[in-house]
Order: sequence, then structure tokens, then C-alpha cells
Amino acid sequence: MLSVIGRYLIFLGKLFTRRESLKVYWKRFIDECIGIGVSSVFIVAIVAVFIGAVVCVQTRANLVSPVIPVYVVSNIVRDMTLLELSSTFMCVVLAGKVGSNIAGELGTMKITEQIDALEVMGINSASYLVLPKLLAAVFTFPLLAIISGFLGIFGGYLAGTLSGIITPEDYIYGIRYSFIPFNVFISIIKAIVFGFLISTISAFQGYNTRGGALEVGQASTSAVTNSCIAVLIADYLLAELLT
Amino acid sequence: MIEIKNISKSFNDRMVLDNVSGVFKKGETSLVIGASGTGKSVLLKCMLDLVRPEAGTTLYNGRDFYIGDEEDKKDIRREMGVLFQGGALFDSKTVHENIQFPLDMLTEMGEGEKKDRVEFCLQKVGLEGTGGRMPSEISGGMKKRVGIARAIVMNPKYLFCDEPNSGLDPLTSIKIDELIKEITDEFDITTVVITHDMNSVLSIGDKIMFLHKGKKLWEGNSQTIMGDTVPELEEFVFCNKALSLMRAGK
Ligand SMILES: Nc1ncnc2c1ncn2[C@@H]1O[C@H](COP(=O)(O)OP(=O)(O)O)[C@@H](O)[C@H]1O
Ligand SMILES: [Mg+2]
Repeated sequence: MLSVIGRYLIFLGKLFTRRESLKVYWKRFIDECIGIGVSSVFIVAIVAVFIGAVVCVQTRANLVSPVIPVYVVSNIVRDMTLLELSSTFMCVVLAGKVGSNIAGELGTMKITEQIDALEVMGINSASYLVLPKLLAAVFTFPLLAIISGFLGIFGGYLAGTLSGIITPEDYIYGIRYSFIPFNVFISIIKAIVFGFLISTISAFQGYNTRGGALEVGQASTSAVTNSCIAVLIADYLLAELLT
Repeated sequence: MIEIKNISKSFNDRMVLDNVSGVFKKGETSLVIGASGTGKSVLLKCMLDLVRPEAGTTLYNGRDFYIGDEEDKKDIRREMGVLFQGGALFDSKTVHENIQFPLDMLTEMGEGEKKDRVEFCLQKVGLEGTGGRMPSEISGGMKKRVGIARAIVMNPKYLFCDEPNSGLDPLTSIKIDELIKEITDEFDITTVVITHDMNSVLSIGDKIMFLHKGKKLWEGNSQTIMGDTVPELEEFVFCNKALSLMRAGK
């Protein structure tokens, strides 16, 4: 276990040493932003809208006391969404989508000697392949978190108003009531940290694949599992640190 | 000229290469032959410094490849072209982009110049007009040709081919062998080909090194290989029925 963490840290070091020219990275970065960020908008949107809707309906169902004002429902939807759903929950979903994709791609490149081909040309393959993915994840995850936060609250609005649980006025009042802008900041910080963890852990798994197609599958699986665990541990640490 | 000196490499206490030495000369197609699993690919990886052996060294025209800083190493790497076993083409790039890739990364050439160079190499390997296709859309033989084109695009002094004809039909294999030989002669480079194919051995081996269980057991050329007497080599050479009948009849 410790030796794996050690090798992971050495791998991280390799990403930042002996780099290629910036022009090369720029194009790769744009490609990866599309591959990692833009292509995840759909799944993130679906998840956010539905989870926001479910939180709204569930909260209302469990808050039946007449002394509690109904706007508390949207207030809870907002805080849940910003603090956990739009960052942690979204990143667990992205660990599945982005993590398995990164590990599968790099694992296949490894076993088909494409990574060797890069090394033979004198290119730092770890840096060339992984650094753009890392930067793209760190750049696009916060944007996805913002989209997710907005759509989560919007999903709650749709579910709440369409089913008549809460009036639009109450809902809007609730989401504006005692709003702490710092929570948005927390969500963004978390997305950056999780983006870093998911992209590097998955890349590490893929880059160290040995063998054949079976091992590429295993690398993808452990990329997702390990990324999820890392995200949840980091979530706890950040919660201690930031609140 | 490439010299390898006393290379030994083991994986998890299992000796894969045991004190292998040899010389590969300029203008010659040298072969490394042996059964599967004898360490041929590992030897190639040691020569390319993708795997660092525990002992021994590799010299490129007298320059030690394992010592010296990154820049010295990069200079030597720029003089190498490698065809990997499966071609190792980048799946996300077209044939043209694959061949152009080393030029993009390692040279300051202009776009037009790069395009001309890629076209030249495509033509050299007999694949004019396929530049726009993706690696997944071409046959195994074509992949090897593209791999060769990418290997020679930088005008290398050293060309390495790992089993260039594995997985190909006999006719395509011979054509690939001939192509490698032709390139070696035309550009007067040092070529090392790893193979276990007796057809290649007989047709293109200017010089042949036979590996068995990690040891170099024999060295010679395509003329002397039929007459020589190392038992392991005989077993390797005459496992082919046609060849053994030929020998019995002579
Ligand atoms: N990275 C590695 N780790 C452990 N064992 C390896 C590694 N690479 C090769 N080997 C072992 O070294 C031996 C020689 O392999 P190789 O050189 O690929 O054979 P071949 O002569 O068929 O090319 C094989 O038994 C293989 O299992
Ligand atoms: Mg091999």
C-alpha cells in the first residue's frame, strides 16, 4: 500500500518534469477539455436535475410539522446541492465516467506499445499524455460543479412547483434565505481537488497496466474504485478543513 | 554501428538475458532470432533503454546510451526509428498524422515541408493515398507499413523492427522483409530485425544472432545457418518440414 502511494507520488513528479513545448500542450488541453468536460455535461445535468428533484420531494415528505415554514424545503435543497451533490456526488459519477475512460485509454496505449513508441521518440509520455488530462479535469470540473449546482436547485424547483409541494415564491424565498456565498466557493474548491485526484489516480492505474485486454479492464475498475475512495476521503478532510 | 556489451537482465529473479554481446553494422540488416519467450523483445527494449539492464551497456557509434544527460539521450533517440510488434500506431490519429507526429514533436519544419516528407514516406512503403484513414480501418500488413513509414520519417541512422512479419500471411511477410532490406540499403542505415520467421532468416539476414533462453548461442549469416551445428539452432531452423526434407535430400 505504502509503496503504491510512493509510486503514485513519483508518477506525479514525472508529470511536471521534462515537459514538451507549451504549444503541444495547448492543443492537447483543448482536446481533453472536450473529452473530459464537454462530453460530461449531459450526464452531470441529468444527475443534477433528478437528485435536486428527489431531495425536494423527500424533504417535503419528511417535514410535515406545521411549525416549520415550507421555504425550508428549498433552503435544504440549496445547501445539499451546493455542499455535497454538486461536488462530491457529481465527482463520484465522474470517477465512473472520466476515470474509467482515462484508465482504459492509457492502459490500451500501454499494452499496444504506443507509450513505448512515445518514449523512444524522446517524449516524456507521462507528461505528454497525462498533464493535459489533469489540467483539463482541474479546469472543467469546477465548471461542471457550477452547472450541477444550478441544475440541482432548478430540478428541485421543477419537482416542487409542478407537484404543488411548494409555491414558486416560497421556493425562491427559501433558496435566497440566509445564503452563504462561501458555500459556492467550497463547491468549486472541492471540484478542483476531486478533478486532480480522479485524473491522476486513473492515469496512474492505466499507465502502469501490464499484460493484455483483461488487465486493461482491471485497471479501469481499480481506477474507478480508487478514485471514489480518494474522493470520499478528501471530502471528509475538506469538510474538516473548510467548515 | 551499434554495439551491445554483456547485457544481463532479470525479472523477479528470473534471468531473461544472460551476458549478451554483439555488434550490428551500418548498411546491414542484422537479425536477432530465437523461439518465443527467449528475450528478444527484452533485448530490443534494453537497446532502446525502455528497460534498463542490470549489467552491460549499449553503444551507438561509440556513444554510451545509458550514461549522459537527457539532452545527449534525446540526440541519440532522434537518430532511431522503431517498428513495434503491433505497429503501435496512435489510434486517435490518422495514418498521415501518425507519420507526421515525430516531425511535429521533434522538428521545427513548416507545414508544407512536413506534408511532403510524410507523402515521401508513404510512397516509400507503398501506401500512397491512404493518409486519411484511421489505424482501425487498415489491415495488419498496412499497419506495419505505416509503422515503418513513421520509423523512417526522421531519417534515422538506426532502424529497429520487432517481429515485422508476425501475424501476416507469407506473401505480405516477404514484402515487408524486402521493404526493410531495401530501406536499409538505400539509406545505408543500421537495421536490427527481431524475428522467428525462417523465411526472413533466409532472405534478408546479412548477419544473424541466435538467442536461446536468454543466451547468445550462435552468430553467422543466412548462408552459414543451414550448415552449422549448434543443436538448439538446428532444432529452431529445421522445425520447418520443407527445410528438413530439403536437408535430408541433399
Ligand atoms: N516487464 C516484464 N516483467 C516481467 N517479465 C517480463 C517483462 N517483459 C518480459 N518479461 C519476460 O521475459 C521473457 C522474454 O520475453 P520477450 O523478450 O518478450 O520474448 P520474445 O523473445 O518472444 O520477444 C518472457 O518470459 C516474459 O514473460
Ligand atoms: Mg517479442
